Amino acid sequence: MRILVCVKQVPDTSEVKIDPVKHTLIREGVPSILNPDDANALEAALQIKDKNPDTIVDVISMGPPQAKLMLRECLAMGADNAFLLSDRAFGGADTISTSRTIAYGIKKLGNVDIVFAGRQAIDGDTAQVGPQIAFRLELPVVTYVQNIREVKENSIIVERQLEDGFEVVEVQKPCLLTAVKELNEPRFMSIGRIVGAFDTEITVYNHEDIDLDQELCGLKASPTKVYRSFTPEPKGKGEMLTGTINDMAHTVVEKLKEEHLV
Amino acid sequence: MNKKFPDYNGVWVFAEQRDNKLMGVVYELLGEGRKLADEIGCELSAILLGENLGTLADELFEYGADNVYIKESPLLKTYTTDAYSKVIGRAIEKYKPEIVLIGATHIGRDLGPCLSVEAETGLTADCTKLEIDHEDKKILQTRPAFGGNLMATIICPDTRPQMSTVRPGVMDKAVYKKGRKGKLVVLDDVELKSEEIRTKVIDVCKKIGETVSLTDAEVIVSGGKGLGNKEGFKLLKQLADKLNGTIAASRAAVDSGWIDHSYQVGQTGTTVKPKLYIACGIFGAIQHIAGCKESDMIIAINTNENAPIFEIATYGIVGDLYKVIPAMLEELN
Ligand SMILES: Cc1cc2nc3c(=O)[nH]c(=O)nc-3n(C[C@H](O)[C@H](O)[C@H](O)COP(=O)(O)OP(=O)(O)OC[C@H]3O[C@@H](n4cnc5c(N)ncnc54)[C@H](O)[C@@H]3O)c2cc1C
Ligand SMILES: Nc1ncnc2c1ncn2[C@@H]1O[C@H](COP(=O)(O)O)[C@@H](O)[C@H]1O
Repeated sequence: MRILVCVKQVPDTSEVKIDPVKHTLIREGVPSILNPDDANALEAALQIKDKNPDTIVDVISMGPPQAKLMLRECLAMGADNAFLLSDRAFGGADTISTSRTIAYGIKKLGNVDIVFAGRQAIDGDTAQVGPQIAFRLELPVVTYVQNIREVKENSIIVERQLEDGFEVVEVQKPCLLTAVKELNEPRFMSIGRIVGAFDTEITVYNHEDIDLDQELCGLKASPTKVYRSFTPEPKGKGEMLTGTINDMAHTVVEKLKEEHLV
Repeated sequence: MNKKFPDYNGVWVFAEQRDNKLMGVVYELLGEGRKLADEIGCELSAILLGENLGTLADELFEYGADNVYIKESPLLKTYTTDAYSKVIGRAIEKYKPEIVLIGATHIGRDLGPCLSVEAETGLTADCTKLEIDHEDKKILQTRPAFGGNLMATIICPDTRPQMSTVRPGVMDKAVYKKGRKGKLVVLDDVELKSEEIRTKVIDVCKKIGETVSLTDAEVIVSGGKGLGNKEGFKLLKQLADKLNGTIAASRAAVDSGWIDHSYQVGQTGTTVKPKLYIACGIFGAIQHIAGCKESDMIIAINTNENAPIFEIATYGIVGDLYKVIPAMLEELN
């Protein structure tokens, strides 16, 4: 069995700061990490490999050359091979364009039984790229996978998270699944593998390598454009209540009465 | 109508139903869709799929839809990506709406991406604000990114339809007008075969216990890491009951295992805009604030006077919630 995991290098948004003057994101000094949901996706693939040792787990990413570092982390976690789709022409891609490039990359790699992606990346927070790749590759897709119950010869039984519960879905193989954080607890990199991960060759493909016309890549092939970006305006600071606990409780209940909330 | 795309016309909303009940976000999409359609000067339509849908189409008319595109089939009873994307994809190709709005539910966020690839058009995720550009009538779609640290307004200038998923609980609900009528269009030229549907829903498990509807709640009493333990929610529940509200939580409280994820308010949880939001022991991380800042009134109770939650609070109380809440309950009695 061959499993491919789509992984993305993202800035750690919990560390992202806003430039108070320019109102733009300060990315310098912000650590880059493996997107959290993608770590769950990789863990799911590795757990299947743990049970079926003849399974090959490969990781694929689209991004600038520095994404190699994140791919090496994936190798150190247990992935067999890493592929990086990297080309100046891929820059500025929206989800439609990203999913096309990755789908071409996956086609180049040939037969796979399961493609995993994370539910969403924490930079864009769109959750679109996974199902878009599936649709392009004409694979059945199950998003929000919170549990994998059984991997069978020709199908997989998974639980798909819903707002108010979950559904149990049987999906034909080959297929694409997107992982949520409830799916598992990602393993750490293995000390033994870290050294090897730095010696492993990471295959880099540009647009020609994956037979994708340059006009269909990156910003040029992105139907959406950022019209403007800004930082959310803070709501005007309200009133800090003073006095003893009982005074403050009294005041606040009076305010609720004024607003007919009690 | 847009001069550049004379063939494309009208605003569509996806009328997502589960168990033959419309999802709450559908009323919000109809409210927002009506506003956009009026500004552009076009019709508002809903697309409704399922089995034995009964009076749901009438309900959509009463909430402002001019047209309802409908298809009923046993194969559409529960959502599957294959069946829904095929029928809706074909309808979009045939009727060419200019704008398609989909609720950013777990189902909408599965369907939208597939439809956008089928039409090779842009899809803006999880929008919190939609406006019409007066110059060329295109839609300006605003959404949070980078964990709510940054807002971006996205346009889709060169392809149609323009598609957005819209975050539940943000837009105003449509106005109900009893007896309002519209035109029903049956989608009968798409043939569905069961073998085309490559996933099978074997079982649907609903969470037992009280169902939380944070988006509909008028009063929310929310707890964070500052509760210190699971039992703290019992105190919050007392206050919530007194105010006819419901309890909720920050991600830190959910991650601590004190309360189920369905109670989580914030970027990766539910966006709420109740009349009253009481934040107890919540620090006020940007991702949490993103999900509650639209509340009409926010009361924050926190021992740390520097907690950022106070920046958005209408009234701030620096103090131990285990002392403040009992004092409030006493005042209320
Ligand atoms: C991409 C992304 C998405 C995220 N999405 C969400 C989301 O959807 N929702 C969300 O909430 N978070 C989200 N987070 C997480 C967020 O960054 C914070 O980790 C979380 O919101 C912190 O919760 P908290 O304020 O309850 O806990 P803490 O940060 O631990 O703060 C606890 C607060 O309680 C106070 N306190 C302690 N004891 C008491 C007492 N006895 N009485 C009164 N006050 C007390 C403390 O002073 C402190 O201010 C997200 C993060 C990322 C990176
Ligand atoms: N540049 C990329 N390279 C590899 N995988 C990606 C890339 N962008 C998105 N993905 C995958 O798609 C998922 C959803 O991303 P997004 O739609 O950006 O929220 C991620 O969790 C990844 O698995």
